[in-house]
Amino acid sequence: MMNATQLLEVKNLKLHFRTQKGVVQAVDGVDLDLDFHRAVVILGESGCGKTSLSKAMLRLLPRNVAAYSGELLLKGRDVMPFTDEEYRQNVRWVSMSLVPQAAMNALNPVISVGEQVSEPAMLHLGLSKAEALGVAYKMFQHVGIPADFINRYPFELSGGMRQRVALAMALVTSPSLIILDEPTSALDLLTQANIMNVLKRIKLELGTSYILITHDIATSSELADEVAIMYAGQIVETGDAKDFFPAPLHPYSQMLMASVPRLRSESDPMFITGQPPSLMDPPTGCRFAARCPFRFEKCDEEPPVFQKGNRKVKCWLHQ
Amino acid sequence: MSTRIDEPVETLLSIQNLHVWYELRRLGFNVIGHVKAVNGVSFELGKGETVAVVGESGCGKSSLMKTILGLNIPTDGELSFEGKNLAKLNDAGLRDYRFEIGYVQQDPYGALPPFMNVEQILEEPLIISGVTNKTERLERIRKIMAEVKLHPVNDFLHKYPHMLSGGQQQRVVIARAMVLEPKMIVADEPVSMLDASVRVEILKLMHTLQEQHHLSVIYITHDLSTVKYFSARIFVMYAGSLVEKAETRRLLEYPLHPYTHALLAATSDPNAANAETYKSVPPGEPPSLADPPKGCRFHPRCSKALAGLCDVKEPPDFEPEPGHFVACWLYES
Repeated sequence: MMNATQLLEVKNLKLHFRTQKGVVQAVDGVDLDLDFHRAVVILGESGCGKTSLSKAMLRLLPRNVAAYSGELLLKGRDVMPFTDEEYRQNVRWVSMSLVPQAAMNALNPVISVGEQVSEPAMLHLGLSKAEALGVAYKMFQHVGIPADFINRYPFELSGGMRQRVALAMALVTSPSLIILDEPTSALDLLTQANIMNVLKRIKLELGTSYILITHDIATSSELADEVAIMYAGQIVETGDAKDFFPAPLHPYSQMLMASVPRLRSESDPMFITGQPPSLMDPPTGCRFAARCPFRFEKCDEEPPVFQKGNRKVKCWLHQ
Repeated sequence: MSTRIDEPVETLLSIQNLHVWYELRRLGFNVIGHVKAVNGVSFELGKGETVAVVGESGCGKSSLMKTILGLNIPTDGELSFEGKNLAKLNDAGLRDYRFEIGYVQQDPYGALPPFMNVEQILEEPLIISGVTNKTERLERIRKIMAEVKLHPVNDFLHKYPHMLSGGQQQRVVIARAMVLEPKMIVADEPVSMLDASVRVEILKLMHTLQEQHHLSVIYITHDLSTVKYFSARIFVMYAGSLVEKAETRRLLEYPLHPYTHALLAATSDPNAANAETYKSVPPGEPPSLADPPKGCRFHPRCSKALAGLCDVKEPPDFEPEPGHFVACWLYES
């Protein structure tokens, strides 16, 4: 499926961590495709490896890495063989940037927000300070921060405004792809809706692609062109949002969707009994089998990914 | 729904014109103003009744909650529980009052002491409330653990919070709130830190406990989509006041206050069509409670604000239909 217009192609990406108790297989064989100007939502519960996936893609790795392998094709070019320095110069923040989890609380309190936003442009694009501030100023307009906020400090801004600053910081180098890790989970309802509006508008105006990592299914539908469901370190289902939301295929996706309380329907939400398996010692067969109501003999074997039209699902039921 | 609105219920908690103001001081001496966190809140809560207080952070819901828990002293207004005025209680009376209310915190991991195991955590309130018999204490701990479905009980008794999943930790928090058999539970965003699949499980558990023990529950949340599964009435709070009070179904179907409209419009259901439209969000941000706008506190953000009225006079509660109260000048007649 080599395609010149493909922005991102992830093949069999693995990221394992060494801990005192053993090796944690946080990301274990993830495949993911993304086109230009598209947004994919990676949905999963805490501990399923979604934040580790974002770290693996940006190669922001801690010291206790036990395995880091796979292919990561960015605009057709495999960037996995890059050295760390090449990766820093050519990939991270140049082609792909990140709005980390709780970014709004991670701003430097003693540097003005304008300076913080312009810093990546100086470091990665080699702009002068004045030029970088000019770009930062433009990004402030895109994310909806008033121009006079540029000299303010993080403590003077509300949560929503600080989240916009973090977004401007990711945008300032004009990357083709931004990874958003739970961008709205710490924000209030109306602020969440505002940030979602900003993200939609930027996608339209600047053509940026997104990987949105979240556990909030309802909010994720605000942005999703495609959906990928992650469970226990693996992607179990991918598909177009228009196909996925009305009729998810994988039993886990179905149960996850059924667990969402809805404002506009009378459905009684269900919950999934049991807990996800330990990533230290995941089961050999399907990782969801222990909680799955449709389990049968075949499930003791690991299911391959089955293609259903333009959707993919890792479940024997769809053989 | 546990209680119907037309059923007469005995009042458990009554709040009249409650104000909670915090002093703002310069150099620690002169009072230069007040943060008006709760500004004229009144409501009654019946025995076995559930209400949800919905609002954004900074709207004063935590101050309201702390005052109800007896942790804040009201600046003005009256708070009475079973007919007893809280302001007139002495220390011992206030202590007894606190035994009657359970508190379920938002972040279960932060709310549980990491150096105590489940048994110690659940035993402490019993010791403090004066249950001197160890066997009786253990019996009550086992009973409540079975009720919150922490079974097998023996496996969990000696576990420490870090050994439990988020859902199990929240069950311990609920068990701790319930172990003294309170008459009322105050739950502050009890599920917002939990995963989607666990969230519903905890809400259903709380609902079951509420019905079995005929508890009154004040459920504080910002998530309107969970409210209807849990509460008979909704109070919408904005900048220190309750702007709309109604039965849950009625409020969700016929919201009146423009702020309630905005909250409902901002709540998403999972639907791929959402990606094709922008959400309508009122401009601006909630006001500073130290210097709130004159008149209706929502008027600077309101598209329906009436000049010369909304920006001048604070709206009282109007009752356009029985049992549905709204503090908005649009419903004056």
